[in-house]
Amino acid sequence: MTKKVADSKEGNVPSKNIQRIKKIFYSQTLAPYIFILPFLLSFLIFFLYPTINTFFMSFHEVLGMGNQNFIGLTNYQRLFNQNFYEAIRTNTLYTIFLIIILIPLSMLFATLLNLKYLKGRNFFKSALFVPALTSIIVAGVAFRLLFGEMETAFVNSILIRLGFSAKQWTLNHDTGMFLMVSLASWKMIGIYMIYFISGLQAIPEELYESAEIDGANTISKFTKITLPLLKPISIYVLTILIFDGYRMFGESFVFWNEGMPGNIGLTIVRYIYQQAFQRNNMGFGSAIGIVLLAIVLTINLIQLRFFGVFKKEE
Amino acid sequence: MFLAVVMLASVMLTACSGLAPIPNTSGSSGGDTKTPQVAEPVSLNFWVFEELHSAFYKEALKDWNAKYPEKPVELVMESYPNAEMHNKLLIAIQSGVGAPDIVDINLNYFANFLMGDIQLAELNRVVDPVREYFVESRFDIYSKNGKVYGLPTHVGATVAYYNMEILNKAGVNPDDIVTWDDYIEAGKRVVEATGTPMVAFEVSDQRPFWPMIVQRGSDYLDENGKVILDNDINIDTLKRMHEMMYVHKIAVGMPGGKSWAEEFFPFMNQGGAASIVMPMWYMSRFLAYMPDLEGKIVVRPMPVWEEGDSRSAGMGGTGTAVTMQSKNLDLAIDFLANAKLTKEANIRIWEMLNFDPPRWDVWDAPELQEPDPYFGNEKIFNVMLEMKDEILSPNMHDLSAAAQDVVKESVMFRALHEQSLTPEEALKAGAEELRSQQK
Repeated sequence: MTKKVADSKEGNVPSKNIQRIKKIFYSQTLAPYIFILPFLLSFLIFFLYPTINTFFMSFHEVLGMGNQNFIGLTNYQRLFNQNFYEAIRTNTLYTIFLIIILIPLSMLFATLLNLKYLKGRNFFKSALFVPALTSIIVAGVAFRLLFGEMETAFVNSILIRLGFSAKQWTLNHDTGMFLMVSLASWKMIGIYMIYFISGLQAIPEELYESAEIDGANTISKFTKITLPLLKPISIYVLTILIFDGYRMFGESFVFWNEGMPGNIGLTIVRYIYQQAFQRNNMGFGSAIGIVLLAIVLTINLIQLRFFGVFKKEE
Repeated sequence: MFLAVVMLASVMLTACSGLAPIPNTSGSSGGDTKTPQVAEPVSLNFWVFEELHSAFYKEALKDWNAKYPEKPVELVMESYPNAEMHNKLLIAIQSGVGAPDIVDINLNYFANFLMGDIQLAELNRVVDPVREYFVESRFDIYSKNGKVYGLPTHVGATVAYYNMEILNKAGVNPDDIVTWDDYIEAGKRVVEATGTPMVAFEVSDQRPFWPMIVQRGSDYLDENGKVILDNDINIDTLKRMHEMMYVHKIAVGMPGGKSWAEEFFPFMNQGGAASIVMPMWYMSRFLAYMPDLEGKIVVRPMPVWEEGDSRSAGMGGTGTAVTMQSKNLDLAIDFLANAKLTKEANIRIWEMLNFDPPRWDVWDAPELQEPDPYFGNEKIFNVMLEMKDEILSPNMHDLSAAAQDVVKESVMFRALHEQSLTPEEALKAGAEELRSQQK
């Protein structure tokens, strides 16, 4: 665009050129495309092209420098192995835990912080939201130090004082899962709380007033008015959580950054990372990526269907 | 919407970085400048994954520029975390742009760069003239089909480090320990007298299992790259390690699972184990992270399983390579050779990095023979000279990176820590996984 302007300055009839450019900008049909062009371009270059390329790579043995051998479905056949099953299992458990913890808790915080008479609620709101702004790696490093294996590490020293024994947090399956879920919950609860607060604020005050007149107590107000009206937000949160759960990488990477013992933190995306980058098998990595896409799409479609999102509005 | 903003931002960022001035790497402009006597230094990009190595190469740079004033060099050192640097390098090499001129490549990843069309420069031109002075197996691990692609940084000869304070309490003399059976007996006495375990094993990494099987002539892969991870020697070795932990109770898993975990250093520093079996380069970790053991540690050859076994094995390594993307290929190779293959360079490897230099004809140099107060005022390199011809190195093939991963992440952990599989089952499962990847 700038080039055109520059050209027009050199030309003999600049006003005519400017007119022409103005015409493009003011044109009803072209303007929208110009405005979405930056997004469209970045989408095509950084999203659509890599996705298509990944699909092709998944059928090849990738040797680098444009060197590829077509090997058909071999990469997909190799997916039937214990490691991949364990990765799916880790992701599924992780997602379930996140949903169980995050939806009720963030809803509870949102409801509490939405109460008019709660003092200092803006402070609590920001306090709960701040973790969302930290980088997962920075937060993770702090977590790793808190949950160190030595008896002098913060959490272990508390456990010992309470009469329990010190734990090897990163060397067991259950404690490893606990670390990942707690780090993710601590970090993400603020965001989901904000979603629910916005949902709560959209519920008209009159509904509660008329319910009060009819003699409803707090609990029935919550179950009969708040919960049903929060359904769209809840579905949205659930969808995002499923995505987040299945594409998790950072929470695991920060605890076991170079290889992990016994696949404790092996998620699907870590499996991609391991195969593609640590073992230079880009083709197999791509195949895992495509399967991940299929898994997440399927789960989300089933879930959205179950909640009737695709039904036409009555 | 948010996505669009992010993407737009990333477009702008990439656009900006595209505008950054490209450093002049040609160095050919010397003739046009006003001072033709002083040659323009050629700048070489150099990636390392260990900050300590930067200082070493800066010293090598001074040496080069003093020796060859007509071919001055300027180094642009970049230091990244281990895994990150190798990912970056892999992508740069796969895509054909962005790789540095020279790069330190960890042995764990080296095999990844010897697949397909090799994008590293062949170094035989500089290696062949000095080959006879080096521990030969250290070139083999960075070679493919007789061509050398990386210059070694150390031998990594595995030795036993004994904590004399603990051994003395139990009345054990490390010079009496010749076989692993002796070692186990000594270990029992140590545990009885002090309550301290004799040794700590890595349970989420591969030592001392790997050196233990290499000293018996076994490995993960044979010389043709075939998977032999589950052969009888390996099964027997892992079983014996398991017995040391759970039957004789003289061994424990390392806190943090590996010898480089932040939990392990204080454990060892406080006298947590009477000995460990690690490569020579681990001396630098003693010096850096375990100050309280000063004067208490002695270095001895590894015990053997039976007569005829080697008393050491060359473990780990950093191969420094020149990439084919370098615009000054010959200069980069010459610079690297001067930095790593000369006698002075190998003495510097000991002085600056505390590694056992791969060039054995410097082992009796006065700098290396100087007794070290940390290690019991002994002449450590006499131990090395004594076993110079016994130092085997592992076989390196396409599957090497994967094999090490499998042993670290699955075999060791499941057999020694979780005990969810017996040593035999764990090795069989690991070998199966590797075979399924073999084309």
